Amino acid sequence: MTVMQPDLRRKKKFERLTDAQLLTIISGGIFLLMYGAALLLIEEFQKPQVFFDITNYYSYLIIIACSLTVVMIGGGINISVGGVICLTCMVCSIFLNNSGIEDQTLLVLATFGIAIGIGAVFGAFQGALISYLEIQPFIITLGGMFLARGLTTILSGGENVPVSEKNPFTLWISNAAIKIPELGTSRIRRGQVFVNPATLHWVTIIAVAVVIIIYLVMRFTKFGRNTYAIGGNAQSAQMLGINVKLTRFNTYLLSGVLSGLAGFVFMMFNGAGGKTGIGLRSEMDAIAASIIGGTLLSGGVGNVIGSFFGSMILGTLQKIIWFSGLKEAYWQDMANGVMLGIFIVMQSVVLSVRGKGKMHLPEWLKFGRKNI
Amino acid sequence: MNAIMKRLKGSLGALAMPLVALGVLILFNLIRCAVIGDFHFFAISVASDDKGSVLSGNIISIIDSASVLAIISMGMTLVTAACGGQDISVGAVGAIAGAFFVIMMHPQHEEQLSTLSSVAWPNVILGIIAAIIAAIVFMLFNGTLVAYFKIQPMIATLILFSCGRSIAYYFLFQVLGVGSIKLDDPIIFAMGKVIPGVPIPTSIFIVILMGLLMWLVFKRTNLRLYTQAVGINQKAAQLNGINPTAVKLLSFVMLGVCVAVAAIVKCSNLGTLTTKSLMDSIEMDAILAVAIGGNNLGGGKFRLGGSILGAYTIQTLSTTLNAMQVSPDSMKAYKAIVIIAIMIAGSPVVRNWLVSVSGKIRMALRSSQAKEVE
Repeated sequence: MTVMQPDLRRKKKFERLTDAQLLTIISGGIFLLMYGAALLLIEEFQKPQVFFDITNYYSYLIIIACSLTVVMIGGGINISVGGVICLTCMVCSIFLNNSGIEDQTLLVLATFGIAIGIGAVFGAFQGALISYLEIQPFIITLGGMFLARGLTTILSGGENVPVSEKNPFTLWISNAAIKIPELGTSRIRRGQVFVNPATLHWVTIIAVAVVIIIYLVMRFTKFGRNTYAIGGNAQSAQMLGINVKLTRFNTYLLSGVLSGLAGFVFMMFNGAGGKTGIGLRSEMDAIAASIIGGTLLSGGVGNVIGSFFGSMILGTLQKIIWFSGLKEAYWQDMANGVMLGIFIVMQSVVLSVRGKGKMHLPEWLKFGRKNI
Repeated sequence: MNAIMKRLKGSLGALAMPLVALGVLILFNLIRCAVIGDFHFFAISVASDDKGSVLSGNIISIIDSASVLAIISMGMTLVTAACGGQDISVGAVGAIAGAFFVIMMHPQHEEQLSTLSSVAWPNVILGIIAAIIAAIVFMLFNGTLVAYFKIQPMIATLILFSCGRSIAYYFLFQVLGVGSIKLDDPIIFAMGKVIPGVPIPTSIFIVILMGLLMWLVFKRTNLRLYTQAVGINQKAAQLNGINPTAVKLLSFVMLGVCVAVAAIVKCSNLGTLTTKSLMDSIEMDAILAVAIGGNNLGGGKFRLGGSILGAYTIQTLSTTLNAMQVSPDSMKAYKAIVIIAIMIAGSPVVRNWLVSVSGKIRMALRSSQAKEVE
């Protein structure tokens, strides 16, 4: 019997892995596999710049995926994030055009404040209706999406609002990148070496920081633990003395603030300027990213690290399709759909097998458990 | 007689939310018309052109243009009731059904592939059958994910939501080589707009037909009971001998039929089929119609009549805003405000509060009456 003990402990450790952790590990592994295969098969992928392109371009998606993950862990849904991004960009652009502030730092801070403020107002409004009046979250956030998109059109009159290149904010975002010559490409022309450095935009750093902060918040704070509790079973949480309504309200508030931040990040990378089509259908992409990362819509299960991997999987897939020469838009949509289908079915199968306690791993997958 | 009145009262109580919403909208229009002194909004006139005469006016246009939404919201109600979630792929599946409708109808040996100008009756029937079969097949895909793999409907249908329109475009492009096609044919005109000699838009008849079909199905079978049982408590339903998987699949099949019919009506009404924009974002409106109809989005009891009334409420709102010269894009904001107001008024908290307040008033009245008697 004493010989069996270490094995038992190991088995316990494997079983102690929660569903969310297992699904996150799977999505992380698939991301690495996908990127590795792309590195081997597609020549363009060997430039480090491609990786930075994905993280730079999809930084806003990473942030709204985090925002949706928080809400989904709490058992709700928020489909107004794309609309809020669009409204944020429009309001900030109008503000930048009319503010007349010359001081760069002040202007950037004011714009940042407006972006976060819009997100917070939307989040608080929806959160109050959903948690205190007990209205279905889907309908309220659908209303929020319509409201945000409609307000964008009313504010702009249906026109695009460009911001001039001489605006201090535009000057600021043009420098908001880190150039890394070591990772760039160089070529020699007429005896001179031209270095095209890899660009790591600040937005990537912001997105990664958001992922880490939200992960820590969800893992180690009272709010985070309460959110998992109300998502798992709101009634039991209520009986345990958790303030269910306040916690639910806070998840929507946090989600709103993060969508405002995503709007700011979108402007930082794509340039200031409001358009009515910004962020169209991005809420669905964010939901897809969260699901791929192992968050369940039914609540209580999820992890923002997984959502990060989910966004990266979607981004990498788009790049792979693009580089393999299928440049029509419908191939990208189809690839997205197939990818999503595979993930959803796989997760369902994994969870049901685990739930029955019959996780029969093949022999070569049992790390260090050969001598049972 | 008394029993009928009681039953009528009961069903009216169940439909209170959409009826009140619709009534308030009509009242608002009456007041608006009285203020500007022009009741043209309610006028019904006969418009004639070389293709025949047809009734026109805002009321007719509301009933006409809400048909597509009403048909889809019927199917959406069933799926919502049985599965406790919504299908967000109806627009995309509608595009696929439309593509198959046109592909099967098209003679395909013409020089001009981008317009369809003369089709024969057998081809039209073939097209309709193909559209319905295609929609059912794709809906069964959703249904399989929901019923067998136990995935939440919204997540399962997210797959077709993101790639359904691309599939439709792919089929249309592979067979006909075009991305959008013009439908200019008397039979299609009759299906989408008016039958020559009949002054009422055809889509109204189609809604009535679909409604009758649904009514017959629920009248003649136990499907209503089974669906509600599965929606309320799946395990209890299973223990009582109901097969939840079959009920869920059946609800998706019926949604597929509704979506195919709606797609055919819509693209024959528009006179064009564009896979990218056919029934764009109708899934959101359909879910809204279900919610305004007083149905619980978490499954269980359902009322088809409520959803249909919800669809007409949404269309009345759009037409009202249109008559007030609100531009279509900024209309969304006003629509959102009205929707949020309806949902607040219908929320359980507000409803309970109203009930308790009215109870207190009644108590106070009764006690004052008692005092007067003394």
